Amino acid sequence: MSTAQGYNFAYLDEQTKRMIRRAILKAVAIPGYQVPFGSREMPLPYGWGTGGIQVTAAILGPDDTLKVIDQGADDTTNAVNIRSFFQKTAGMATTDRTREASIIQTRHRIPETPLVEGQIMVYQVPIPEPLRWLEPREGETRKMHGLAEYGVMQVKLYEDIAHYGHISTAYDYPVRVNGRYVMSPSPIPKFDNPKMDNSPALQLFGAGREKRIYAIPPYTRVESLDFEDHPFQIESWDQACAICGSADSYLDEIVTDDKGGRMFVCSDTDYCGERVAAGHTGEEQAA
Amino acid sequence: MNKLLQVTDLSKNYGSRIGCEGVAFDLYPGEVLGIVGESGSGKTTLLRCLSAQLEPSAGRIAYDMRTQGLTDIWSLSEPERRMLMRTDWGIVHQNARDGLRMEVSAGANVGERLMAVGARHYGNIRTEAEDWLTKVEIDTGRIDDLPATFSGGMQQRLQIARNLVTQPRLVFMDEPTSGLDVSVQARLLDLIRTLVNRLGIACVIVTHDLGVVRLLAHRLMVMRRGRVVEHGLTDQVLDDPQHPYTQLLVSSILPV
Ligand SMILES: Nc1ncnc2c1ncn2[C@@H]1O[C@H](COP(=O)(O)OP(=O)(O)OP(=O)(O)O)[C@@H](O)[C@H]1O
Ligand SMILES: [Mg+2]
Repeated sequence: MSTAQGYNFAYLDEQTKRMIRRAILKAVAIPGYQVPFGSREMPLPYGWGTGGIQVTAAILGPDDTLKVIDQGADDTTNAVNIRSFFQKTAGMATTDRTREASIIQTRHRIPETPLVEGQIMVYQVPIPEPLRWLEPREGETRKMHGLAEYGVMQVKLYEDIAHYGHISTAYDYPVRVNGRYVMSPSPIPKFDNPKMDNSPALQLFGAGREKRIYAIPPYTRVESLDFEDHPFQIESWDQACAICGSADSYLDEIVTDDKGGRMFVCSDTDYCGERVAAGHTGEEQAA
Repeated sequence: MNKLLQVTDLSKNYGSRIGCEGVAFDLYPGEVLGIVGESGSGKTTLLRCLSAQLEPSAGRIAYDMRTQGLTDIWSLSEPERRMLMRTDWGIVHQNARDGLRMEVSAGANVGERLMAVGARHYGNIRTEAEDWLTKVEIDTGRIDDLPATFSGGMQQRLQIARNLVTQPRLVFMDEPTSGLDVSVQARLLDLIRTLVNRLGIACVIVTHDLGVVRLLAHRLMVMRRGRVVEHGLTDQVLDDPQHPYTQLLVSSILPV
């Protein structure tokens, strides 16, 4: 089946898709383990989500409904480009609604609306190796994963506390999957880490430049690393979303005028809009 | 007393070149063994073999494992051997950059081994790091500084603290004082001697400095061209050398 002239369904040829699916199956079988795969050249530069796109292309079917988010929004350049890429090459349905999506490709966020069974999250990953910061040698990091030698990840958190008085790592906060592999969750805020734990959805991670795929199967334990006396904590805000009044979603600070006016609003635009449609209001609306 | 280390017929060659050959000795708990010899005589090769950093071409190195007694270290699984190396052993490198993590603070350098064996209480790790910095005479006010901001002597002392924090029973040192000023060397040697004596740590120390050997080592091995040419109690070897090469070494290096 082909939509855009001259391309296979979802751009990648079937042989490449099968290769990627094999990598995905292996990744699902060993939660958190980075599976090498033969990453293909994509019609987008690295850093634009080529790993996530290849994963999506390999799992996408004509009956799927795709949602693409970047920084929590569906209308940013990156999200729009990827969505239109798949519309052109696969012709399947797309949506902004988390509830309606069967596949959600993401950069930077996990939706606020709880995921459900049958949904698949696809994360775009720039740097898949959580040990890379201390160990540049690939052979050595493989060995460290193989032997579960993860003391150096604690060293990183130790340094945070020593220098800032608290664990200052706010994005790409390392997790341990299923009590075994330490994994980089991609540059999502640590606020989203708890959503990965025991999620009913399948979570797939694709790194294009580094040629790695890894996965968290549904209902898998995902723990954020920490210290007993400095337990993992997510961000919190003094105020609620100015638009929908949500007090428990991830907020972005936005500048509202050139006089230094600012407000805090949900980074997940679909979630925010849904709440407004349901009649919730924030102080911006009330005022 | 049980042997801590038993080395038999140990050889390492690099292709056709001999690194070290036919080395055999026993080491007992708390004992300090010095290895001396001219440049290229195989000291580093031997030390790297003994400390499992380099796999020997032939021979056996058996270590008294806490749970199972004398065990060929190359019969251990890799995780067991790596665990041994970072808990019951210490390795102090000649170049501090090889033994320290230069990109993290002094405290993290000392705490790393603790975290590697499962310590997960920041406050306790930090207290322990401070304690060890004090023991190696580094001002605890420097705990959050990077090792690159330390002097050569401080870096060596930090390496020592980083190794001793898990209370190893055996420490390997390759020229720990070379490249340091004479006065700094003296202070470091003094510190090593005090710590090794107080903690009863066994030590294999490579040096080309007979003064270091005189001060630290109970026993001495003299190497030449990869082979051990003389081996005995330090004072005996230095005061009454038997092998012509040792006689040369002693007469040429020791100030009369
Ligand atoms: N990686 C290597 N590859 C090939 N030959 C090596 C290697 N390392 C050491 N050698 C050789 O093995 C012999 C012993 O070298 P080694 O470094 O053990 O001597 P050393 O006694 O430590 O010398 P120094 O006092 O200069 O440090 C030398 O002939 C050396 O050239
Ligand atoms: Mg040497």
